[in-house]
Amino acid sequence: MIRFDNVGLRYDAGEEILRDLTFEIRKQSFQFLTGPSGAGKTSLLRMLFLALRPTRGSISVLGRDVATLSRRDLPSIRRRIGIVFQDFRLLDHLTTFENVALPLRVRGRSEESYRQDVVDLIEWVGLGARMNASPVTMSGGEKQRAAIARALIDQPDILLADEPTGNVDPPMARRLLRLFLELNRTGTAVVIATHDFGLMDQIGARRLMLGEGRLAIHD
Amino acid sequence: MQSTTDYSAFLQPAFARARDLLERRKTERQAPIVPSSSVSGRALVITVAIMTFLASLTVGAVTLVSETAAEWQNDISREITVQIIPREGLDMDAALASVEEVARRTSGVAAATRLTDAATSRLLEPWLGAELELTELPVPRLVVISIDGDDPPNFDALRTELQAAVPQAELDDHRAWVSRLVAMANAMILTGSGVLVLVLVATALTVVFATRGAMAGNRQIVEVLHFVGARSEFIAEQFQRHFLRIGLVGAMAGGGCAIGLFWGMGLWTASNQARPEADQISALFGSFAIGWVGYLGVGVLIFFVGFLTAFTSRFTVLKQLSLIDMLSPVEN
Repeated sequence: MIRFDNVGLRYDAGEEILRDLTFEIRKQSFQFLTGPSGAGKTSLLRMLFLALRPTRGSISVLGRDVATLSRRDLPSIRRRIGIVFQDFRLLDHLTTFENVALPLRVRGRSEESYRQDVVDLIEWVGLGARMNASPVTMSGGEKQRAAIARALIDQPDILLADEPTGNVDPPMARRLLRLFLELNRTGTAVVIATHDFGLMDQIGARRLMLGEGRLAIHD
Repeated sequence: MQSTTDYSAFLQPAFARARDLLERRKTERQAPIVPSSSVSGRALVITVAIMTFLASLTVGAVTLVSETAAEWQNDISREITVQIIPREGLDMDAALASVEEVARRTSGVAAATRLTDAATSRLLEPWLGAELELTELPVPRLVVISIDGDDPPNFDALRTELQAAVPQAELDDHRAWVSRLVAMANAMILTGSGVLVLVLVATALTVVFATRGAMAGNRQIVEVLHFVGARSEFIAEQFQRHFLRIGLVGAMAGGGCAIGLFWGMGLWTASNQARPEADQISALFGSFAIGWVGYLGVGVLIFFVGFLTAFTSRFTVLKQLSLIDMLSPVEN
């Protein structure tokens, strides 16, 4: 689904922070992306969701070569990729329901057509009681789950999550991990960027380890 | 029957679309994606109001000038005059009678009457005094010819015929005066249109800056919309709807004030006709009524400014989005 070939990345004229990355995210696969702080996890994730262009090498996303993509092609590809940011990026003036429904609203669908799906998903992530709450009144864990629900609402082919358990306690982290596994069973490829070894040790998933700008893969 | 069917076939999709839009509006209970409080509204509403007020004044002034000029032109072209220059040995009475006769038998002439001795004396009184004896002075005499406005005569043929009958007769159809009047009115209309364009351009530029400000202030929302797969047009629409509202409210306020001013001035000149100030204005602009064309112009202007505001903001958002690196819309 996503393929990197000899990808390198540098910011401005600095040294390459990512070098010779060659790997593939396969359909329905589940993997952790890990490495010490500053290893370039977030930069790699940004390349995965088309927010950053590599300075060398080639990336193909959902069968399309990123170098040949035009601006107009991006929305349709982004709609197939769900993203959970470390800082959630929920819109504070919208309720949980409206935040989660945003990707569907953006697609021009009427509220009637998705209301029940959104309500079901919000209940599934355990936020049923916070349906009309504003993000400013929610805890870190609640915001995290709302952000995850927003990434999942349109059943993406790939889910990318940046430190999705960074703001929650261990029981909630386990619950979120189960949620991701369940999603993966329904057919979505999952990439979780984390440096929480406790979380990774809970399941024997593939690990993409970044260190000193290079990637080591442990299947 | 055929035309009725075509008509309804043309209108049906439009009705269906309007109904859909209304229904969607009714069911749309969600908060706007770009909150209205984040778009700097009040200052822009006031700016748009002032600009629309100035533009409306220009529209009103242009209408007033063109209507007044048209009135003058009409009044003048309804009448022409024939002047008979006295020459040695000319029988003025016979010449006047002959001119009247030629004029009356010309088609398109409603009436031809000489200016009587008394009327001519009155006309010359300010210069030559009350005790004027016309027969003692070589004073030119006038014949006033009323024209049938629907079927005017051929002036050139009339002129030739008059000169054949009375060589001293000079037909004045006021063309020189009318053309100067028209030139002046056209110059005013052109100047007014120029001012109108400048005011509208200034309004559009203000909206460009306001839109850029709103986009910068809502950068996080634009980023989120991008990564959930929103198209640029969708993002532009979220800003555009606020600017349409701001534009319409501002334009209605400014245009409304201008309409109020025109109406008030019209009332004032109408009710103060005896006073010298009002007389002066009436002398220049008739009843100072801009007429339905003027009010319609201001009405059209209000909607135009509203849509100009919306369109400018949409264009600015799309332009700004296209300037962002296509693969780095989220962060730098």
